[in-house]
Amino acid sequence: MKQWKTILAAAALALASGTAAMAARTDLVLGMPLEPPHLDPTAGAAAAIDEVFYANVFEGLTRIGSRGEVLPDLAESWTISDDGKTYTFKLRSGVKFHDGSDFDASDVKFSLDRARGESSVNAQKGLFAPIDTIEVVDPATVKVTLKNPLGSFLYNLGWGDAVIVAPESAETNKEKPVGTGPLKFQNWAKGSSITLVKADGYWGDPVALDKAEFRIIPDAAAAIPALLSGDVQALPNFALGDALAQVKADPRFKVVIGTTEGETVLSTNNKKPPFDNLKVRQAIAHAIDRKALIDGATGGLGTPIGSHFAPHNPAYIDLTGTYPHDIAKAKELLKEAGLADGFKATLKLPPVGYARQGGEIIASQLREIGIDLQIIPVEWADWLKQVFTDKDYDLSIVSHTEPNDIDIYARKDYYFNYDNPAFNKVIDELNLTSDEAKRTELYKQAQKILADDAVNGFLFELPKVGIWDAKVEGLWENSPIQANDLTKVKWAD
Amino acid sequence: MTIYLLKRLLIGIATLIVASLVVFLMLEVVPGDPARLMLGMNTSDAQVDLLREQMGLNQPLILRYLDWIRGLLRLDFGKSYTYSVPVIDLIRERLVVSFPLAVISLTLSTLIAIPVGLFAAARRGKAGDTAAMAVAQVGVAMPNFWFALLLVYVFAVWLRLVPAGGFPGWGNGIWPALKALILPALALALPQAAILARVTRAALIEVLNEDYIRTARAKGMPMRAVLWRHALRNAMIPVLTIMGLQFAFLLAGTIIIENVFYLPGLGRLVFQAIIQRDLIVVESVVMLLVAAVVLVNLIVDLSYALVDPRLRARQ
Repeated sequence: MKQWKTILAAAALALASGTAAMAARTDLVLGMPLEPPHLDPTAGAAAAIDEVFYANVFEGLTRIGSRGEVLPDLAESWTISDDGKTYTFKLRSGVKFHDGSDFDASDVKFSLDRARGESSVNAQKGLFAPIDTIEVVDPATVKVTLKNPLGSFLYNLGWGDAVIVAPESAETNKEKPVGTGPLKFQNWAKGSSITLVKADGYWGDPVALDKAEFRIIPDAAAAIPALLSGDVQALPNFALGDALAQVKADPRFKVVIGTTEGETVLSTNNKKPPFDNLKVRQAIAHAIDRKALIDGATGGLGTPIGSHFAPHNPAYIDLTGTYPHDIAKAKELLKEAGLADGFKATLKLPPVGYARQGGEIIASQLREIGIDLQIIPVEWADWLKQVFTDKDYDLSIVSHTEPNDIDIYARKDYYFNYDNPAFNKVIDELNLTSDEAKRTELYKQAQKILADDAVNGFLFELPKVGIWDAKVEGLWENSPIQANDLTKVKWAD
Repeated sequence: MTIYLLKRLLIGIATLIVASLVVFLMLEVVPGDPARLMLGMNTSDAQVDLLREQMGLNQPLILRYLDWIRGLLRLDFGKSYTYSVPVIDLIRERLVVSFPLAVISLTLSTLIAIPVGLFAAARRGKAGDTAAMAVAQVGVAMPNFWFALLLVYVFAVWLRLVPAGGFPGWGNGIWPALKALILPALALALPQAAILARVTRAALIEVLNEDYIRTARAKGMPMRAVLWRHALRNAMIPVLTIMGLQFAFLLAGTIIIENVFYLPGLGRLVFQAIIQRDLIVVESVVMLLVAAVVLVNLIVDLSYALVDPRLRARQ
C-alpha cells in the first residue's frame, strides 16, 4: 500500500513537472552566417545589421511587412496632399525609447535630418534626397515636404536605414543600439552572439519571446550540427548547399524555401566592346540555360527571372521567354555581329557560392557558342573596387539584394554602363506617380525594356533557405526586405 | 650566456621592425576600400570619400605608418574602422578564448606526444613502434576540420555532452567555458601530438645511439631510467623548437577550427578584418602575433640553455 502511494506521488510529480515543461518556451537562438560590423542600421549597408535589428529593436515611420507591403509603424496614419508633395504623419502616442526617453515628432525630424545631412554616412542617403523640409507641427504630427512627388516615398521610409533614433543615443547606437521596438538590445559578445530581450512597456502587441539570441556561425558545415544538437533552433536564412539534404527529411525541423529581393544577374559592361552590341548581349541571353544554372548554383531552389524584378512582387511579369535557350540562334546572332568565331572575355566572381558555382556553369554554357571566358575570382573588397567602382570588367555575377531596385538601371555611371533614355523616362514617371495601378503599369514597362535590351544576363531570384525547429512559428518565409522579424514568433505549446 | 641572450634579443627587435614594414606595405597594396565596403553598392563616391575622411584614411601613407608605430610603442593600437572600438579591446576579447585554447591544446598534445615518442623509441623497429607511428601517421594526414566535425557529431549531436560550438564567456562560470573549449582543444591537439610524437621519437633514437647511453646501460641502469634521465633531456631541443612553433600557430592559425566551432578567437578576428579591409585591426593583430612568435622563440632559446648546460657555459 505504501509502495502504491509512493508510485502515485511520483506519478503526480511527473505529471506536474510534465505540464511545466509543456508550457511554451520563450527563448530562441538563431544562427546567422555573417556578423554585423556594428549595430547601427542607419550607418552601414551590411544586411546583417538589419537582420538582427529591423522591426525587433528599431522602428521607422512605416515598415515593410512579410509580403513586401507598406504598413504603418511609428506613424499611425498619414495624409498626402493633392500635389503628392506633402506628407502629414500622425504619430503613435505612448511610445518610449528603450532608455526611457519619450518618442515624439522632434525625434522624427532629428532622424531624417541626420540621415540626409551633409556629414551623414547613411548607406542609403539617396532615399532621403527628395526631402525638402521636415516640420514639427506638434509633438504628435510631422509634415514632410518633398521637392517632387515620389510614389515610393512611404516604401522608402520603411527601409532599415530610415528607422527613428533618439538624439541622446544616436551616436552610440553602433555599440549600444537604443530603439523603440518590442525587443531591446542586451549584449553583443563580438564574434559570438547578439542578445535581445523583451522590452517592457512596448506600445504595440508585446512579443511572445523573452529572449532572442543571434549566434554567429560562419560555416554551413558547423550550422547543421548546431541545429541537430539543439544549441540553435533556427537558421532563418542560410546558404546551406549540400548540407540541406541532411536535415530535409528530419521531422523535427521545418525547411522553408522562400524568395528574396536578390535578383542574380550576369552583370555586363554595356559600354565595353563587344558587349555594347545588342546582338552580342542577345546571343549571350540565348546561350544561357537557366534551368541547368539554377540546379547547379542553388540546388534547384532559385526562381528563373527574365528581367530585374522579384517574382513575388504584384507588378512582376514573366519575361524568361524573351530570349529562350537556343544555341543555334545565339550562334547566328554572334555571326550577325561579326563575331562568328566567338571571342575572349573575363568573368569576375565575388566570393559567394551562387557566383562561384554559377560562374563555372555560365562559362561552360557560353563556351558552346564560342565565347571563351576567363574566370577571375575576387574578394568582396576587390569586387567593389574593380567591378563596381572602377567598372574594370567584362562580365560578373552578383545578386542585387536591395528591394525594388529596378531604378539602378537609370542611374548615371552605375557599373552596368547602361544608358537608355526611354528607360530613364519610365523611371522618372514612376517617381512622379503614386497611383498603384499606374505604378504597376510603369513597372511592367520598365521590366520589358530591360529584358528586350538584354542589359544583363537575367538569371534567377536568390532563394531564402530557412530551417527551424518544427515547433517554432511566425518566422518569415520570404525575405521582401532584409530582416528576421521576431514580433510574431512563438513556440507552439 | 648574457651575450647569447642579448644577441637573441637584438634579432627579435630587428624582426619586429622589418615585420611592421612588410605588414603595413602589404596591406596598402591590397586593393579594396574599407569605406566603400561599409557603405555598399547604393552610395555615391562623394559619400564614400566623406567616410574615408572620418576614418582618417585620406592621410598620406608615411604619416599613417608613423602614427601607427607611435601608437604601438605606447600600446595604443588605434581604433577599428568597422567596429569603431579600440583595437586593443577587440584583441583582449579574443585572447580570452585563443590563449586558453592554445595552452590547453599544447598541454594535451605534449601529454600525449612525449610518452608515445618514448614508447616508440624504446621499442624501435618492434610491433609497438610500428603501431604507434602508424597511428601518428594517420594523425598527421587527417584534416583537422574533418576530425573536428567527427568530434562534434559524436560528443555534441549524439551524446550531447558538450555544446556543438560557440563560447559562453568566462563570466558564466569556468566549467561552461571549459566545456566549450574541450572539443576544439582536442581537435587541435591530436594532429599536433602526432607531429610532436614523431619528432620526439626521431630525436630520442638519435640520442640513444650516443656513447653515454651505452655507458649508462653498461653500468646497469634500467632502460626506463636511461630514457627519462639521459635520453629525453638531450632530445629536448628539437622537441622544444617544434612546441614553440606550434604554440605560435595555435594562437592565431586556428581559423578553420574556430569556424567549425564558431569560436570568437583571434584567427577569426583577423580573417574577418581582412575581408572587411579593417586594415588597422589586421596590422595590429599581425604585429602582436609577430611579437608573440619572437617572444616564444626567445623563451625556447632560453630553455635550450636550461636543458643544455653546454650553451650556458659558452660565453
